[in-house]
Amino acid sequence: MSAHLTEDSGDSHGSPRGYVIGFILSLALTLLSFGIVMSGNYHALEATVVIVSAAIVQIVVQMHYFLHLDRSSSQRWNVMVLVYTLIIIAFLVGGSLWIMYNTGVRMMPMSMGR
Amino acid sequence: MTAHILSAPEASLVHHEDHAEEHADNAVFGFWVYLMTDCILFACLFATYAVLRHNYAGGPTGKELFDLRYVFIETMALLLSSFANGFAMLSLYRRERATAVLWLIVTAALGLSFIGMEVNEFAHLISEGNGPNRSGFLSSFFGLVGTHGLHVSVGLIWMTVMMGQLIFKGITPAVTSRLQRLSLFWHFLDIIWIGVFTIIYLMGVL
Repeated sequence: MSAHLTEDSGDSHGSPRGYVIGFILSLALTLLSFGIVMSGNYHALEATVVIVSAAIVQIVVQMHYFLHLDRSSSQRWNVMVLVYTLIIIAFLVGGSLWIMYNTGVRMMPMSMGR
Repeated sequence: MTAHILSAPEASLVHHEDHAEEHADNAVFGFWVYLMTDCILFACLFATYAVLRHNYAGGPTGKELFDLRYVFIETMALLLSSFANGFAMLSLYRRERATAVLWLIVTAALGLSFIGMEVNEFAHLISEGNGPNRSGFLSSFFGLVGTHGLHVSVGLIWMTVMMGQLIFKGITPAVTSRLQRLSLFWHFLDIIWIGVFTIIYLMGVL
């Protein structure tokens, strides 16, 4: 246990500083997203791009500072499983939206024709 | 044999440690694999929501239903809870049992406030006739947000059990390993919530 602490406390266990940085960045990104939408003063497409980007950045921030995922060898398998999962999710969400959008388009003239 | 293959890349971590800790490392890795399958469960629910989000069936839209100020406070409660859990783990690694329990109490209290706010929001929606049976949009909303809430509730029960184990068993390798898994679970739920508040609440109001 003591060997574990001395060798790896920086990487796998995090530090108070790491958690504080992660928290401040998450807070800033959350405030940015809510601020834009609650101000009511936005262009819909631009606002969507900004809040989705802020969410992706915040997910990366929390994975790095809270879950301590990085490119070190101790995290290699965790990251590989994550990457595999992201590929599955891309197929799942992208595929569902693609199929359902096409189904919706194909249903349109029929429902209007009758 | 399989255990050795799995932990091979982590040799620097485990080669000098006893078998129990190697086992604990594998248990944490196994839990991470479970979390990734949980991620796929949430991805299915997000996909369902994305498909059904405009199917209002003449009912209310997100813009009419969502109170962003309320959701912001919920978000802060969960983010602070995730942050407090990090400090519970740091105290655990410093072997400060009382401090770890105190941080876990803070974590659980914030998690409980989050769940309380969510239950209150759901009760309010249902009492006004905007329950999951109102429209496709609301079905997928309750499905996704409810599943997340259920996860947080299970996490709270788990956390209560772990506080008991910390108090009565102390900081043993088994308790540490369980707390590491709970910590992964808790941070993971906050990460899922980023997707929920962005896609459902913020984009629902846009």
